[in-house]
Amino acid sequence: MADLSKNDEAVAAAVEAPVGRGEPILQVRNLKKHFPLTQGIVFKKQVGAVKAVDGVSFDLYQGETLGIVGESGCGKSTVAKLLMNLESATAGEVFYKGQDITKLSGRALKAVRRNIQMVFQDPYTSLNPRMTVGDIIGEPFDIHPEVAPKGDRRRKVQELLDVVGLNPEYINRYPHQFSGGQRQRIGIARGLALNPEIIICDEPVSALDVSVQAQVINLMGKLQDEFNLSYLFIAHDLSIGRHISDRVGVMYLGKMAEIGTDEQIYEHPTHPYTQALLSAVPVPDPEARAHRERIILTGDVPSPANPPSGCSFRTRCWKAQEKCSQETPLLAIPQRFDGLDTPAAHLSACHFAEEKQVVPVH
Amino acid sequence: MLDVTKTATAVEDAVALPADPAPAAKQEKARSLWGDAWVDLRRNPYFLVASVLIFFLLLVAAFPGLFTSASPTKGDLVRHFLGKPELGSIGSEGWLGYDGQGRSVYARLIYGTRASIIVGVTVTAIVTLVGGVMGMLAGYFGGWIDALLSRLTDIFFGIPFLLGAMVVLQSFVERTVWVVVFALAFLGWTQMARVMRGAVITVKHADYVHAAKALGAGTGRILFRHILPNAMAPVIVVATIALGGYISAEATLSYLGLGLAAPTVSWGVDISTGVDQIRVAQHILLWPSIMLSITVLAFIMLGEAVRNALDPKLR
Repeated sequence: MADLSKNDEAVAAAVEAPVGRGEPILQVRNLKKHFPLTQGIVFKKQVGAVKAVDGVSFDLYQGETLGIVGESGCGKSTVAKLLMNLESATAGEVFYKGQDITKLSGRALKAVRRNIQMVFQDPYTSLNPRMTVGDIIGEPFDIHPEVAPKGDRRRKVQELLDVVGLNPEYINRYPHQFSGGQRQRIGIARGLALNPEIIICDEPVSALDVSVQAQVINLMGKLQDEFNLSYLFIAHDLSIGRHISDRVGVMYLGKMAEIGTDEQIYEHPTHPYTQALLSAVPVPDPEARAHRERIILTGDVPSPANPPSGCSFRTRCWKAQEKCSQETPLLAIPQRFDGLDTPAAHLSACHFAEEKQVVPVH
Repeated sequence: MLDVTKTATAVEDAVALPADPAPAAKQEKARSLWGDAWVDLRRNPYFLVASVLIFFLLLVAAFPGLFTSASPTKGDLVRHFLGKPELGSIGSEGWLGYDGQGRSVYARLIYGTRASIIVGVTVTAIVTLVGGVMGMLAGYFGGWIDALLSRLTDIFFGIPFLLGAMVVLQSFVERTVWVVVFALAFLGWTQMARVMRGAVITVKHADYVHAAKALGAGTGRILFRHILPNAMAPVIVVATIALGGYISAEATLSYLGLGLAAPTVSWGVDISTGVDQIRVAQHILLWPSIMLSITVLAFIMLGEAVRNALDPKLR
């Protein structure tokens, strides 16, 4: 998977295609979400926009996990909402099997929703406290009655509970009677109910204890193999991102900074932001810790309402030059690596992309 | 697509695995929020006491003749303020004494129940329905609908309650119970609309609402399955407390000579006359006030019990 062959260049012109994965199931092209900033009470005047997501493109292939990592406020969750059509995109397209889903509504949108489901971040707020577990997991069948005949639903709900490792007898309990990890399993069962092809996971384990995180992550891995699911896995924890992902995209200020296989990103990062991010990961080995280089960024993340010109990372980058403020770097294979058979030859949005050895996380 | 069929078989395989998912659970009936609430209510002493009281009040309101043979309007001035309560002869015409015009206080209590209960219950029902719908629409849809409905609410909120009720009541020649109900509901729905709007706004941003949307749920399902059950608690509390307020508002209007007028019998009418005569004959004010308090208490207890039963965490 890591060795990217030269033949893929045609596809890689937009976004790279991992070998042997066929057609992408989800294609995101130049997706934008700008939240307007208004002034005035009666006559609202738009004075600007928060560019939460500002031109993001990537592909998701059948059966793979694409991790999206980045710090708080970089637009990860907004991407998830846009893909779920919970927010309407300002510009750009999302193609599910060749069909642009951002403009769909009504019945067509409902049909697409069957195939794209979501697992939410906070298991304490994502389950209706006034519904039984049976009602929560059975609701997808009420909304899409064609999936399960009426008499069959209760059995299906119990099977789903069993699939996610919960006792099928819990069907009549309420969410508050479960622990955080169990609740997240209920959320996963709800996401699985319609037998979707894609599950968008918006930091599904960040609200859980570390020990429970591992259980839930492993469950998700198991389910992926079992049901041939494609995951878009949003995380701010780099180690979790690596553990579950086949490919990883790094986001900064509403833009994709770098995207590649987990080996390419974690061991051969070429974007300075990725390098800085990775250098902040705690290293458990004291020997290795002593030898690693910490890249300490100065300043804060600029406001997405007023992003810097050119490269959005240039205000905090140690490599920034005149060119960075004038030209926006495109997400492409850096010229110096183009055509070379090296793990560094992956998409990176930097004018001065180069490999830098940072201590890898495993 | 090949992959789809593969996925389907994968599901079937997984589905076939737990062939026997706990036989005990299978027999157990599927439960729902309302079903569980009902089971809980039937064991709740507050609910039982409140239901018995309300049932009794409704019975009195419907068939006052069953409880007394005396007339509430026939007065005999010989009995002016006569007879302080004689509790020994429960149920007799004069056991609670007579009022200023020599009418049986007990008979007036029984016959007054109907008007007071009608005013209290129907005004609360209308106000909760109208205000609830207005608040829900404003809170859920936001934007110009919210702007329009909220300003409308503000306009009605700006009208002083008594002054507004006076204007409404003055414009009717004949003031029946229903006119009073209309006047109180016309001015009272704003309170419920505000409570409902606030509750809906808090709930509508919850993740489970987004989850329902992501599943493709329609607006009706989101409103009635997800938002309403979670936004109802404050409305129930305000509504049950307001119920007592409406009965006493009717009394206030009667006192001002604008509510129900003399031939109609209601607790409100008696309370307002009783206030005038408190230094001469306390029992005229006492008994209708006690009945009013019991009614309000019964409805508040009912509301509290229902609210708690609908919250699984409080069961």
